[in-house]
Amino acid sequence: MEINTVGKQKYYLSKRMDGFFTNMARAFRFVLEYFAHLFRPPYEFREIVRQAYKIGVDSLPLISLTGFIIGVVFTKQSRPSLSDFGATSWLPSLIGIAVFKALAPLVTALICAGKVGSSIGAELGAMKVTEQIEAMDVSASKPYRYLVFTRVTACIIMVPLLMLFTSLVAMTGSYLNIHNNEHISLATFIAKSFDKINFLDFKASLIKALVFGFTIGMVACYNGFTTTRGTEGVGKAANAAVVTSMYLIFIEELVIVQIIGWFR
Amino acid sequence: MQTEIQKEIVIDIQGLYKSFGDNAVLRGVDLQVEKGENVVVLGRSGTGKSVLIKIICGLLSQDEGSVIVLGEDVKNLSNRKLEELRLKVGFSFQLSALYDSMTVKENIAFPLKRNFTQLSKKEVDDRVDAVLNSVSLLKSKNQYPAELSGGQKKRIGIARTLVLRPEIMLYDEPTAGLDPISSIEINSLIHNIKEEFGVSAIIITYDLVCAKTTGDRLVMMFDGVVQRQGSFEEVLILTMKGLKVFMITTLYK
Repeated sequence: MEINTVGKQKYYLSKRMDGFFTNMARAFRFVLEYFAHLFRPPYEFREIVRQAYKIGVDSLPLISLTGFIIGVVFTKQSRPSLSDFGATSWLPSLIGIAVFKALAPLVTALICAGKVGSSIGAELGAMKVTEQIEAMDVSASKPYRYLVFTRVTACIIMVPLLMLFTSLVAMTGSYLNIHNNEHISLATFIAKSFDKINFLDFKASLIKALVFGFTIGMVACYNGFTTTRGTEGVGKAANAAVVTSMYLIFIEELVIVQIIGWFR
Repeated sequence: MQTEIQKEIVIDIQGLYKSFGDNAVLRGVDLQVEKGENVVVLGRSGTGKSVLIKIICGLLSQDEGSVIVLGEDVKNLSNRKLEELRLKVGFSFQLSALYDSMTVKENIAFPLKRNFTQLSKKEVDDRVDAVLNSVSLLKSKNQYPAELSGGQKKRIGIARTLVLRPEIMLYDEPTAGLDPISSIEINSLIHNIKEEFGVSAIIITYDLVCAKTTGDRLVMMFDGVVQRQGSFEEVLILTMKGLKVFMITTLYK
């Protein structure tokens, strides 16, 4: 009896391991296919532009609001600590470093993971359960190229642009607060903000945003494409797209910061 | 000397097996479809009818057996060859599978634009109009799928496959969920497609009216195998007799 239970447990464990590795292999193949399409024209430029526009329009209001609030709140909360040392003149530099190096890429990516990732996951998931993706497949219409390649490319293009926009809005919020309290001019604010930021920092943030964009698009599309079990599956795909993207974004942030550190 | 006219076989399935986990769906299916022939596959839900046609167009791959479509072994085709074959094999889905975000016209033009890039805009428009005309839905071309009835969606789904001028059509339950009038329209459309375009077809259905109207030959599937095949009368009479025997033996057990 006991042997039987142990045997069963082993069987289920091996089955789960099998499922895990099969999924990993499938996900890996899915990602590789993107690079295969990257070097295989023609490209669906019109659809890429349409998706990029959609991502931008979808995310812009939330990103503007979040960016502005981050700028204002971070400035307000940093001021007391700096004023203890009589160093409030360092505020623009501090905000510049915080926004450009860390906050803008991460906040933009997290907002896009929530807004864009869930939308792509749900849309493709719904297409999968209503056999629309299979319909493209049987008519040789290359669903990966039309649905996945375009969306992932649009994310890769838009997340860095949105990150720059977030930085701009956050710095505007910060400037308004500093201008009200410390009465410094815009020119001084800009000069001081960029004082401690070099080209490597800018490149690092851009690379981060590119990687985050790729992750958001890929994870959302993969979850949509592998949706099963009807409408319940669509909800799960949207949810998994957001949660998995967020996990990966944090891990990637850590890894990229570490790698950039080696180049300093 | 007596000469026998050999008809061309467009689909040749031999010893087809397919399982999903522990569930064996197809257990050795043998089936041939001749050129210009409409074969109706009848059977209860879960007997592997839809799986059968998904294997034919390469959406699923079999565990064992061979599927030769228009002379090509589907399982061993490269991606490029499979795409070429798929242009010759139309698939009409049970739920129509129209692209929600596109109008009727865009739905039909979609596979055309992707596969025949050399066609001009006017040529694409003309082919879309012609095919919409053949399903009597030209006036709906600017509508979205959500604005169409079930029967109209089915007809647009069929039109979307017809626009590629296939040699074979695979219909997955074409009349499922439709009212009797819409069912009659779909049945007559399937019949007309065969007459007008000389297309061979496999029609998966459990609707006997559809089977009688559209089929040249009936194939009865049960438990993952072809139980019997022949004309509508042959198959149905034998099946009804079999059903009576089954019911009587079950009731009086």
